[in-house]
Formats: sequence, structure tokens, C-alpha cells
Amino acid sequence: MAIDAATVKKVASLARIREPDDRLDALAAELSGILQWIEQLAQVDTDGVEPMTSVVAQALPWREDVVTEGGDADKVLANAPRSERGFFIVPKVVE
Amino acid sequence: MSDLTKLTLKAALEGLKAKAFSSREITAAHIAAIEAARPLNAFVLETPDQALAMADAADARLAAGQGGPLEGAPLGIKDLFCTQGVRTTACSRILGDFKPTYESTVTSQLWRDGAVMLGKLNMDEFAMGSSNESSAFGPVTNPWRSRGSNQPLTPGGSSGGSATAVAADLCLGATATDTGGSIRQPAAFTGTVGIKPTYGRCSRWGIVAFASSLDQAGPIAKTVEDAAILLRSMSGHDAKDSTSLAVDTPDFPAYVGRSVKGLRIGVPREYRADGMPAEIDALWEQGVAWLRDAGCEIVEVSLPHTKYALPAYYIIAPAEASSNLARYDGMRYGLRAADARSLTDVYEATRAEGFGEEVKRRILIGTYVLSHGYYDAYYLKAQKVRRRIADDFDTAFQRVDALLTPTAPSAAFGLGENAADPVAMYLNDIFTVTVNLAGLPGLSLPAGLDAQGLPLGLQLIGRPLDEGTLFSLGGALEQAAGFSAKAERWW
Repeated sequence: MAIDAATVKKVASLARIREPDDRLDALAAELSGILQWIEQLAQVDTDGVEPMTSVVAQALPWREDVVTEGGDADKVLANAPRSERGFFIVPKVVE
Repeated sequence: MSDLTKLTLKAALEGLKAKAFSSREITAAHIAAIEAARPLNAFVLETPDQALAMADAADARLAAGQGGPLEGAPLGIKDLFCTQGVRTTACSRILGDFKPTYESTVTSQLWRDGAVMLGKLNMDEFAMGSSNESSAFGPVTNPWRSRGSNQPLTPGGSSGGSATAVAADLCLGATATDTGGSIRQPAAFTGTVGIKPTYGRCSRWGIVAFASSLDQAGPIAKTVEDAAILLRSMSGHDAKDSTSLAVDTPDFPAYVGRSVKGLRIGVPREYRADGMPAEIDALWEQGVAWLRDAGCEIVEVSLPHTKYALPAYYIIAPAEASSNLARYDGMRYGLRAADARSLTDVYEATRAEGFGEEVKRRILIGTYVLSHGYYDAYYLKAQKVRRRIADDFDTAFQRVDALLTPTAPSAAFGLGENAADPVAMYLNDIFTVTVNLAGLPGLSLPAGLDAQGLPLGLQLIGRPLDEGTLFSLGGALEQAAGFSAKAERWW
């Protein structure tokens, strides 16, 4: 399935990656190439087949509901681009 | 160059234990080798001071007779593993100068066993690639060159730095990861041994995630036995990784050298790809003959859905990547775009600046296939095809104990050769991705040289949790092949 520049723009917005307008056509061509190659999966008969969500045949293990770590704000903030008094400083979220 | 760098891990460990040399000596020898090998660009971060400090600590433990299984051995660590206090970038700009405040489980086990860290190794950005050309730190150059040529070749990817460092004797072994072939293909391109264990054998905690249902850590080493020694230390159940299997770690090195008589080896007919080079086909036949001579029974098997593995992978992996890489938003760590104002602007600009082209391509594909209206046609379909692929292997393993295939459809190619067409690059993984989709263990070892003098690898695929059989078969093939060629030093 070929995708067009408008779709690329929408997908880029969903992925929160800015793509300049002059890149959209080239990207659409590139991505269409990949998607068309992928299309051959439609040839496979998968009626009645359960999707394989995990290669590990086990149920999600549970653990005791107790606190085992944490409480070290300095570690959490250690790589922050901006932080102050124990907070991450980020752009205004609520307009 | 010091002879100490020419040792296998096994020989080095014996020498250290016997006090033939100290960890400081062998570590210093490797530090010097790394400095001299900078043209290869295998290391993105050298940690000589830390290495010598770790070596001294190892020497103290060895003197007290308290050495662990890797005591004093200098290793390289792929820059996808979080190393506490030591910059970890996944070879992307987006992580900036990130210094983890924690250690990955796999590397913590290496240090627990006494190993020494030489530095962080180059790789394709976020492990997405088959040539190590997408690294933010520039490509790695394969130590191997075609006969009579100076053309720089790729070491493969994504673990190109790991494979190069081992092949060029810059470390006794290296950690790597494999999502679609990223341990096995670079091992094949560099004449080294690499194993991707069963999914869940090694903990993924502290490894920067690419595709969570496919990623696995594993070693790249100089010999099959060396790989077994490393894998034993890297493996083990980890409560912090919910996909980690609660199983004991076998003594992998004990399997190397065991007789393989009576084992049934499957040769999957669908792996004879169109346009496969005659040399690779011939090597495969040779591998079959070696195993037959070692007493194995050879059985032709069919894995009918083989050709759908790559397209299924290129839906599932990007989809999972689009989710895993959503965390790189410039808020809590790594790069934050300087000029952006609003929240959305910061997100969009940071990710546009911080991610390379291949990573962006895969995030966009992943986002698209998971988006409303396309989820069923693409992602769900791919997961059903995945089950078919896994079932193919289940069926085959009712009649055989392991499979033998080539590792890669070519020898190492030139840097820049596959730049124009992403799909051409993806085809490098044609023999390896099936193994990740099915969660099985896969081992690659060097089996011969092509007409240009470049190494070619053979791949063994095993039942879940049966790395032992792969080490026995690998050992037998290694002995039969007698591959002792090393890259001629041009750096």
C-alpha cells in the first residue's frame, strides 16, 4: 500500500517527530517501498491462528506488593536536562 | 603488539589463575591495542582508568585465591548496556551524555564474576541496522579487507563494534545484543563466534530496549568455548525482567568438546535462497559433511514460512520500537532541543534532532502499522505469521535436534554499498530473523573464507534452552573447520 505525504505528516505528528515539509514526499516514497514489500504477508493463510504475543510460554510473574527501592530523588534527576529543588523543569503543559 | 592480546579468553583465564601474568598486564596490553586501533572506530568510549582499577582489584582477589569465573579478563561492552556512572548512548545523539545511575543485570554479573571493563563499543543506533553505519559516532571498519583491496568493509551490525573489537584482539570477548541477527551476522562478517541465546535466558534489565519481544543479549568471542564461558556469566533469571526465565544456567563450557554422534541435524530447504552465492552454498554443504563425519544424521526439513519472516519482523520490530522509543522526549534525560517553546515543539524538535534517519524510518513504520485502521492488517497479521514461523520450527524439532544454515547471504560488504535502499539492507537478516521471531537460540561460527579472503559463517539453531547442544555442535564444527585465519593488521 502506498502512502502519501499527508499520511506521513500525520504519522510523524503521532510519533512526535518533526519532519520538514520538503522531506515528506521522499519519506512517503521510502516508507511506501517498505510497506509494499511487507504486503506479501497477506499471502499467508492465518485463519484460526492465535497471534503470538510472546515467545515466553509463561504467565506474567507476580511479586509481593512491597516497596523495594526508590526514594533517591538525586538519582532520578541525575540526567535531567533541567531540574530544580527536586523537580524536573519542563515546558508548560497546561495552556 | 603484545602476545597477551592474542590469547583466547580461556587461555587468558588460565594464565591469570596460574599467575603467568597479572590482570593489570593483560589489561594494559589491551588498552594499548585499543589506542592503536582507533582507525577502526570500534570503541565509542575508552575507560582505561576504570579498567586498570578493576584489574588491580581482580589481581588482589586472584592473589587471595578468590577469583571468579572471569577474574581479571578485560572485556568490551556494547553501548546498549547501561553501565553505572559510565556514559551510555545506544550510539544515538538523543541520549546525549546520559550516565546511568544503575548497572544492567548482564554487566553486573560480568563484574560479579571478576571481569574488567575496557570501554563501550560502537553499534548501529538503537541496535537498528546490519552494518554499523547508522551510529551517531560514525561507522566501524571491519578489520578484514578483501584480498588486494583497501576498500573499507562493514563489520556487520548492529553489534559491529563488538565483533570488530574481538576480531582485532582489542578485548578477550564482548557483550552484544541480537534482535534480528545483530550478534550472529557481525560475527559471521568478522570471523568470530556469536550466540544469541533462547529468549529469556539473559535478563534485558538495563539494556536499552529496541523490540522487547525480540531483543536478547549474548556474547561475541574468539572461540566457541570462549562464547560458552561468557554466556554462562551473562545468563540467569532476573526478577526485574518479567520475561526472564526462571531456569538454572547450565555449565555451557562443559558442552564444548562433547561428542555429537547420533544427533540429528536439519537442513531447511527454504534457506537455499534465490541468488545465494555459490561459495556460501558450498560452505553449507561442507558444514553438513563435517557434521556427518562427526557422526550426525542429516535430515532435510522444511520451514515453509521462512520467506515471510523478514516482512513479519519489519512490522513487529518497528512497532515495538515505536513504543519503546517514545520515552525519548527530552524531559527526563538526554537531549532537549534548545529553541523549542511549547511542549509539543520540544517533543518534535528533540526527536527530529536526536534520532538518525534509520531510527526515524522505523519509528514511523511502527507508528503507522499500529495506528487506527491498520493494526489488524499489519501488526495482528504479523503476529499470526510469527506463530506460523514458530510452529514450523516446533514441527522440525520433532525430527531433528538442531538446524544448520548459513548465517548471512554474503560476506562483509563495502561501507556505503547499501545506502540507497533500506530493503536491500534488511535482506542481510534473511537467515537470522526467523530465530528471533521463534525465540530460539542461534550460534554463528566462522567456517571458511570466500574467494576474496573474507570470513563466512555457519549458523546452528537449537531448541529452546538447548544452547548446550549448540555448543557441542559448534565445538565439533570449529574443530573440523580449523578456521585460524585472522585479519591482517593494516591499522
